Amino acid sequence: MSTRKLNQEVFGLWVNELIARQRVVGVQAKEERFIFGSLSKAEDLRLDYDVTLLPPKKYLLPQREHLMEFTAQGEYESRIEHEPFILFGVHPYDVIAISQLDAIFSAGQYDVHYMTRRRNATIVACDVQTVSAHVFASSMNTATVQDGFDLLLTKIGDDYLADARTEKGEELLAIVSGGVEPAKEDFAKREEVWRKNRESLRKHDLKCRPEELPALLAKSYDDPIWEEKARHCFSCGSCNLVCPTCYCFDVHDDMNWDLQTGTRTRACDACLLNEFAAVAGGHNFR
Amino acid sequence: MTGIANPVEIYNQLYAKSPDIETFEQAALTDASAATERTPPEDIYAPQAATLVQARPLTELETFYEIKLDSGLELGHEPGQFVEISVPGFGEAPISVSSSPTQRGTFQMVVRNVGNLTNALGKLVAGDRIGVRGPFGSEFPVHDVMKGKDILLICGGIGLVPVRSAINYVLDNREDYGHMTILYGAKTPADRIFADEQQDWSKRDRVSVLETVDDPDEGWQGHVGRITALLPLVLVVPENTIAVVCGPPVMYRFVLEELKKMGMSDDSIYLSLERRMKCGVGKCGHCQMNGVYVCQEGPVFQYSTIREVMEAI
Repeated sequence: MSTRKLNQEVFGLWVNELIARQRVVGVQAKEERFIFGSLSKAEDLRLDYDVTLLPPKKYLLPQREHLMEFTAQGEYESRIEHEPFILFGVHPYDVIAISQLDAIFSAGQYDVHYMTRRRNATIVACDVQTVSAHVFASSMNTATVQDGFDLLLTKIGDDYLADARTEKGEELLAIVSGGVEPAKEDFAKREEVWRKNRESLRKHDLKCRPEELPALLAKSYDDPIWEEKARHCFSCGSCNLVCPTCYCFDVHDDMNWDLQTGTRTRACDACLLNEFAAVAGGHNFR
Repeated sequence: MTGIANPVEIYNQLYAKSPDIETFEQAALTDASAATERTPPEDIYAPQAATLVQARPLTELETFYEIKLDSGLELGHEPGQFVEISVPGFGEAPISVSSSPTQRGTFQMVVRNVGNLTNALGKLVAGDRIGVRGPFGSEFPVHDVMKGKDILLICGGIGLVPVRSAINYVLDNREDYGHMTILYGAKTPADRIFADEQQDWSKRDRVSVLETVDDPDEGWQGHVGRITALLPLVLVVPENTIAVVCGPPVMYRFVLEELKKMGMSDDSIYLSLERRMKCGVGKCGHCQMNGVYVCQEGPVFQYSTIREVMEAI
């Protein structure tokens, strides 16, 4: 696998070339904040973002997606999205979150809707350039990442180091015209970025090891802190939407105007909403 | 949102209270690249077409259905498993299979009309088509644990529906099992389901059926009271008995206490749990009891395996 060093101009040309070839979803400014959205030109790309409003999850597990179409006579036909796209500028913690979603949707029963979209996605990861106000990635060992993506971008000085880690990443690099072979000190500079990020992406410091969290939570089931926090909760479910690893969903049918055909839709659901575990007849197990 | 709940701050507060914790064994993440290279198999959410062969009311609320897959294939279920039933335009819901796999060609279920989908299902008649996914979930241990043992079945209300699958399986393989005791409790005599079949079962070799109702009417001659009142009437050899419990959520705790008094061990008790098993394939999250997906590891659980699981019983 190869690595190239791209200066600002080469980088911009490369991104525009990618946009000309396929759909690119990248980080852009939205008023004072940042979002992942369809990218129309390289200048809109903001890899200096601190954090996005929503994680890139929505491009792999959309808030709503059509699973299938059906007829009133009981025939069902799956609808699977096949469009290839590039997810550009994903921070390490979000790359790790995507790896967790991959595990959930591929392990055991294989979710062809999610996995087809995932297979069609090329992930361009990007090391963090701006530290966000409440970041705790380093406490979770997610400040940097070494797998789960196709290509990694790291800003070193005014240039980008573009490191292909898969065939898909290699294909993207092959399009670059004008990049140079990085020198030994460029890699050293990248090491320095990683070291700095591991140190600085820690605005909140976790006192225990992340591996201890499941056991800690299991042990703290009856802790009064949950009641206390629940008093401030609006029961809006937004936490499940902004969480990069929440994946629970609901499925519902909509009939078309002809009353003969309809669509089955999957939509994000939230385990923190009251009705989540309720069964018909009203019993709620939570 | 950090103002309301900063996760790190919450974890730190909890950790300060219980600093000595044992680490769980973490499941390794599936390698994303390996997963992406797999050939896409069929859609696990796509129902197959099926036709209602029979739809008839059992009680005021419950309807009995017999269903045939349009493919002509067997459903291929085991006693205790469930299917996801689709009614076009109304969605999908998990429904227990009530017939034994020894009955070929069709399968049966009983549905209480209490939700959107079940109400829509209630309006369908023989010849109407529905969608079927499954079978899903775990089964009553008819192939191993129950073999050669006495069987004690404790069913409340429509809890008899999935257990009927095991009853008929045992009756069709009678020589493989010991004595079978069926305890059934209903709210009123009018709520009883499969009353005729219970008569038939009680006439079979080494089978006893005991029934009770909460609120009797004038014509009721049988037991009155909760199902737990029937248990002292049953003579069991705990070490040679497998108990199965299925009923409304409130029933389990009381029945489990009685079984314990009778000397039954937790690993010889099997429970079939109701949960919102929306997808049936361990993805959607609705049936989760903490780390346990009821649609995958259940709905039939050996009691000893979920005794410590929060929200289970």
